[in-house]
Amino acid sequence: MSTLDTTTDVARRPFSGRRVRLGDLLLQGTAGIAALGALVLVGLIAWKVIEGARLSISTFGISFVWHVVWNPVLGREAFGAGSFLFGTAVTSIGALLIATPIALGIALFLTELAPTWIRGPVTALVETLAAIPSVVIGFWGLLVLAPLLRDHVMPALHSTLGFIPLFGPPGPGPSIFTAIIVLTIMILPIISSISRELFLGVPHELKEGALALGTTRWEMVRGVVFPYARGGVAAAMILGFARAVGEAIAVAQVIGDSLGIHVNLFFPGDTIGSKVALNALGSQSGLEFSSLFYLALILLVFSIVVNLLAQVIVRRVARKQGVAAS
Amino acid sequence: MSAADLSLLQRPNDRLRRRRAMNRGMELLALLAAALAVFILGVVVWSVAQRGASALNLDLFTKAQQAFAGPNVKQGLANAFAGTLVIVGLATALALPVGILIAIYVNEFAPPRVKYFVGLTLDVLFGVPAIVIGFFVYGLLVVGHGQSAFAGAFALGVIMLPLVARSTIEVLALVPNSLREAALGVGAPRWRMTLGVVLPQTVGGIVTGTTLAVARIAGETAPLLVTCSLAGNGIAWNPSHALQTIPVAIFEATESPYASDHALAWAGALVLVLFILFASLTARWVATRNRRKLARSR
Repeated sequence: MSTLDTTTDVARRPFSGRRVRLGDLLLQGTAGIAALGALVLVGLIAWKVIEGARLSISTFGISFVWHVVWNPVLGREAFGAGSFLFGTAVTSIGALLIATPIALGIALFLTELAPTWIRGPVTALVETLAAIPSVVIGFWGLLVLAPLLRDHVMPALHSTLGFIPLFGPPGPGPSIFTAIIVLTIMILPIISSISRELFLGVPHELKEGALALGTTRWEMVRGVVFPYARGGVAAAMILGFARAVGEAIAVAQVIGDSLGIHVNLFFPGDTIGSKVALNALGSQSGLEFSSLFYLALILLVFSIVVNLLAQVIVRRVARKQGVAAS
Repeated sequence: MSAADLSLLQRPNDRLRRRRAMNRGMELLALLAAALAVFILGVVVWSVAQRGASALNLDLFTKAQQAFAGPNVKQGLANAFAGTLVIVGLATALALPVGILIAIYVNEFAPPRVKYFVGLTLDVLFGVPAIVIGFFVYGLLVVGHGQSAFAGAFALGVIMLPLVARSTIEVLALVPNSLREAALGVGAPRWRMTLGVVLPQTVGGIVTGTTLAVARIAGETAPLLVTCSLAGNGIAWNPSHALQTIPVAIFEATESPYASDHALAWAGALVLVLFILFASLTARWVATRNRRKLARSR
């Protein structure tokens, strides 16, 4: 790789010839402007969202973030993100907890167990799941999944695990629990496809070494594959979590839109994303609309922080493995 | 080795049996996890197909939606199909050239540090939730001008940009350096090398990446909610007004109590899902084939 790079570096020097060519300058200029445009775009997004939220920020300040209130009645308006922050945390963490072990199982199956001829098709199918639009998953979740969960799964969980307050008496159908399941379906392919690539990158020598020592396949996975891919899997989980937090449409369709913090998962709730999506067209005042911008701002800040974090982890892992490999 | 040791080897002890059982159990769980994912995909596609098939007829593509229509009025989603075509087309026209230019800059011109920074920017852009992009475009284009298909297309274009740029960067990196050196060696200037020699090599990859990106944005709802959702009745093509789209129509049907609206939405969802499945599976198939061909030619 490094020998290749030296040749490209010479080839890539912008003005390797004696004279500066107009065409080169033009192409490099336009391409550079386009790249700069991407950066400007991110800045513009932040600026416009902050601008839209300004009214709400100046009215409620930072305490907006944790206040549990959403009262659009004119004259007594009061808004806060507390309830939605809670809903977002519960649904996203719940989805992450269910999706991660399943996704790791899929990735293991596709890299270690499955016969070669089945790997390609199954990989394509799992990734196709990620391609189904969220609005379709949400529509399906409300009309097919929610009744099924309400009539069968929720009563069963309530009667067996009812002593845990999370599994209270079932509500009308749309619920935080339904949102968790829908989000699980949506982030499953994300985590599994990243993990699959990580598992494929584990050096054969290490795996064969472990097997030669007499480990079973599972012991090899636990002792070699998991430790090797640990950092990357953490990054995959972070990206899946970010996706769950940012999802608005599918959650809005199945969560049932209700304010307040309650422990019972079978009750309706709201997340930041779902509240923004549901109220986007039905705002009654400028202050309420501005508060939706404030919610969007929270999502934006979160997504930027989390994506940078995942990148840092990926880079650190890559550097560590580069050192180990050389 | 003594006879006692041999007999020990022949008769697996409890510990070994337990380890093997553990191994078999974990293998079974992994198999079940993969089966579950495929099963979920099957169930979703099947329920959409089953419910959508009944409303899948010629009216779906020729008649428009009608507000407050009773169950006996013949409705279709022609207006939504028209709007989705216009908006996705415009979004692609916006995102494709810019995405390719970014990829050219990153791969052919940028010093490593800048390259890293642009890549990070693309990742951040990719991670911004779709609904936030909708509100951004609302603040940028809709305030003072009203909703329009242009605004919706711009929002979808912003979502599409990092997808197109990323996939183009990947295929540009696959072009062998010997080609670049050969072009420079016969005296071609860098811009002709890039546009005339390197870029044509990547057309297949760019088409695949764009197809995947189109499949992704065709079903996006969130950015259209505040930028392009208040459409009038009837089939319209003018992008300076808000146009109805398939995803928004499905989202609206979620809140409708009428079974006829639901049937229409299921049919729309079926067409959308079939398009997306077809596009992404074909693109994936072509991509694998191309990569295999490239690997063989090296």
